Amino acid sequence: MGTLTPQDISFVQTFENPVMSEFIDGAAGSVLVLGIIIVTVLLTYYRGWKTLWFDWLTSVDHKKVGIMYIVVSFVMLARAIIEGVLMRYQQSIAVNDPGVLTPDHFGQLFSTHGSIMIFFMAMPFITGMINYVMPQQLGARDVSFPLLNAISLWLTAAGAALVMISLVVGKFSTGGWTAYPPYTGIEFSPGEGVDYWIWSISLTSIGSTLTGVNFATTIYKNRAPGMTLFRMPLFCWTSLCTSVLMIFAMAPLTIATLMLALDRYAGFHFFTNDLGGNMMNYANLFWLFGHPEVYILILPAFGVFSEVISTFSGKTIYGYKSLVVATMSIAVLSFTVWLHHFFTMGQGANVNAIFGIATMLIGVPTGVKVYDWLLTMVRGRIRLTTAMLFSIMFLITFVIGGLTGVILANPPVDFAVHNSLFLVAHFHNMVIPGVLFGMIAGYQFWFPKAFGFRLSERWGKASFWCWSIGFYLTFMPLYALGLMGAMRRTVEWFRPEYLGWLQVAFIGALLLFSGFIFLCVQLVSSVRHRDQRRVPAGDPWDGRSLEWSNSAPPPEYNFAVIPKVSGQDAFTRLKEQGQAYVSPATYEDIVVPKNSMVAPVIGVGAIGLGFALVWHIWWLVAVSFVIIWSAVIARSFVTETERVIPASTVRADHEAWLAQVRECATTPREQEDTSTNVGRAEVLA
Amino acid sequence: MRRHQKLTNILVRSTGGLLLLMLSVTAAASNGFINPAGPIAEALRDHLIFIVVVMAVVIVPLFIALPWTLWRYRLRTKSGSYQPNWEFSWPLEILIWGLPAVIVVILGWNLWHQSYELDPYKPLAATEAPLEIQAIALDWKWVFIYPEQNIASVNEVMIVAGRPVHFSLTSGTVMQSFMIPRLGGQIYTMAGMVTQMNLLASEPGQFRGLNTQYNGMGFANQKFMANAVSQTDFDAWATKMSDSKPPLNSAAWALLAKPSVLPAPQSFGSVAEGLFTGVIAGFTGGHPHMKADGTDL
Repeated sequence: MGTLTPQDISFVQTFENPVMSEFIDGAAGSVLVLGIIIVTVLLTYYRGWKTLWFDWLTSVDHKKVGIMYIVVSFVMLARAIIEGVLMRYQQSIAVNDPGVLTPDHFGQLFSTHGSIMIFFMAMPFITGMINYVMPQQLGARDVSFPLLNAISLWLTAAGAALVMISLVVGKFSTGGWTAYPPYTGIEFSPGEGVDYWIWSISLTSIGSTLTGVNFATTIYKNRAPGMTLFRMPLFCWTSLCTSVLMIFAMAPLTIATLMLALDRYAGFHFFTNDLGGNMMNYANLFWLFGHPEVYILILPAFGVFSEVISTFSGKTIYGYKSLVVATMSIAVLSFTVWLHHFFTMGQGANVNAIFGIATMLIGVPTGVKVYDWLLTMVRGRIRLTTAMLFSIMFLITFVIGGLTGVILANPPVDFAVHNSLFLVAHFHNMVIPGVLFGMIAGYQFWFPKAFGFRLSERWGKASFWCWSIGFYLTFMPLYALGLMGAMRRTVEWFRPEYLGWLQVAFIGALLLFSGFIFLCVQLVSSVRHRDQRRVPAGDPWDGRSLEWSNSAPPPEYNFAVIPKVSGQDAFTRLKEQGQAYVSPATYEDIVVPKNSMVAPVIGVGAIGLGFALVWHIWWLVAVSFVIIWSAVIARSFVTETERVIPASTVRADHEAWLAQVRECATTPREQEDTSTNVGRAEVLA
Repeated sequence: MRRHQKLTNILVRSTGGLLLLMLSVTAAASNGFINPAGPIAEALRDHLIFIVVVMAVVIVPLFIALPWTLWRYRLRTKSGSYQPNWEFSWPLEILIWGLPAVIVVILGWNLWHQSYELDPYKPLAATEAPLEIQAIALDWKWVFIYPEQNIASVNEVMIVAGRPVHFSLTSGTVMQSFMIPRLGGQIYTMAGMVTQMNLLASEPGQFRGLNTQYNGMGFANQKFMANAVSQTDFDAWATKMSDSKPPLNSAAWALLAKPSVLPAPQSFGSVAEGLFTGVIAGFTGGHPHMKADGTDL
């Protein structure tokens, strides 16, 4: 089939060439195949296929779509974090020694690690989090375009699936997550690797563009009455900025990957060495996306920190307008700094200086945010829950990353540390505390809302210490190594003085991995003891925004009656005025979107299309293309896309829940982590 | 209570650890710009330290204020005053916007001047004319041509201590990045284009150089040694090369241009006419993006 041969299957390679590096590759493939088999068996045994299909895969409910995004993100995190540990291990033993990994395998590892962490871990995580939380915070029943939302999810999942398939069938790119040509051109990287990168990234970038449109429209059009822009929770503001960035920033990436594809498939010369090609155009296009991308990822996390710090300080956010202005400034400035990713490309000092200063300007609103969060805690009542601990560790760690960011913004110093492990340490220092800690904090914070029971704080804290200490042990040595002249993407070293630092970094990586394991343990343990952890009243943390005003888990339509908003911290106001949990005067029929199999069909078609393009299986390209567009066309003939939940059903469900809430005892904050916390908060005084 | 102590503990340890780390780096880094062997690398290091010191003005207050806040406003003891609706203060607002802004103005001013001062294209002030070297990046090796001496070396470069050296750089393959960390920063090399780098080694010595931009299987091995020697030793070395080494002709070039990791450095006693410009013209069809000396057409 196409260029695909039996030799491309990873198990065949392991069998034919039984060396350590191949065994690791084969083992990884086996884990994937085994995982799929186990899931299939379990689903069949517990008769779960129907539930999976009708309640989840075909659902267009923003809450379920959000949860599915986060599931994708967790699966991909598991793979990419193991890859990170493996690379740390290789480097820690590869001083004047080839170590266990071949250069080719190592190249694939840093490429998949980076691509997955950015596109298939961080992006789905923030998208899932916004999906779940933002409409509820706005007092909305769903996003503006529910089906489009599901299609975005499936395009992202299809991209992730292609990266997973590359583990078993063929090889992945060795061009890193940035895939700079001409190295990734057909002349220097023949074979399927770069094509896997191109098509998985193209699919997910289209998905993210659609997501951006969807979220921005939702925030502009779907807010509850009284929810003016300046009454929105900060998480909604950061979601808005992220959505706008997605709309403008994903396009250059999609274009760049498609131009690279034209070079590779059709003999074009956009980025080749000869015949007028110029790779500098790729660098510009990629970073026109790449820099805003950093803020696409980090702004939602900033939103989470704002919510978490405010809630667990029992206090309204300090400097709300200041934070909004800072967020908007960051979003705008993020489009003016892309050149700092290649100060070393030979442009003049004036160009470098201007982009360097623009980069440092971002430090001002970011610094303001850090101090706004600190002042939010001042004069509060601080509870150090897991979510709060992650937020505090973020503040501490992030300013160190900010310092090294300002260092890198200076073109002269960048000339000395560009491409070095100092740079690697810097961006991990921004993205791990900035994005991942934010998403873990959000996961701890909103999990009880989504599933109706609290996560174990004990395991959460164990995980927190592993992530925190692991982070410092792993990445502080990399700063040092960078200053000592050690470069990124290096499979073997020839300087004995690097050894100790690399060994410490490996130990740190093991701790980071334990942090991930403890998160899994936390989930399993909390599910097992869920009956003592239930929070049916829906407000376990004395929450401040509207999502805490409904049940946990919330009904499909979120709000039995759309709330009326009279100010910031909408739910806190209701609680203070005694207006929370009051029966509404009237109920109305609620219209919700029907399930649709269009999104999964498009998703499966997209996997087929990507796989076929990678392996030049042209008939399958045609078939997949037809499947995708048939689904789109068929959908346009469906007229019954919504169903009605009658007012009587809404009334019965809502009144039953209100009766339950009224019976719940209120919990003081001191007993937040005990079984007395059933989700009804005692108002702090 | 224990939780807070634990947290304070970890704060103290992490900041202290960071400072210790930075100190030990300075001592241990035998191989980076942090241990400079020339005026450029030294200026880069001083610039780095200046930024760290200025940035401390906004960072250190947070490291002090955050643990204090967590301690004072913790829930259990209810020690601090509780004002759940406190949300704004003009003096604080001016401080948290003003201070970072002032710092960015100071750092920005400095950045602007340093960017010009330390521009790798800028010729170094010296009484002597710089030593001219043309560098070509190949997979996975560096070719150095000395146009004035008409000799070439591979994976080894000879320079004169105390005399500026001017590199003109291009690539015969994918994009790479040229760097000798103890002497200064790096610059990309790209096919069909010429970039430039001015460096100076203050004292005689051996300094490791490398490609920092990933370019495939031999990337980790693409290192070379820069030997800084006296002018007399350099002249003697150049004469010896001319007299005893084979020519870098088209056959030898074809062999070098193939992707490979060389077991040892190589030397050539003469260089085919126009090799450097020929490599560039090979990609641009005789219409280079820039002149061979790096100036725009």
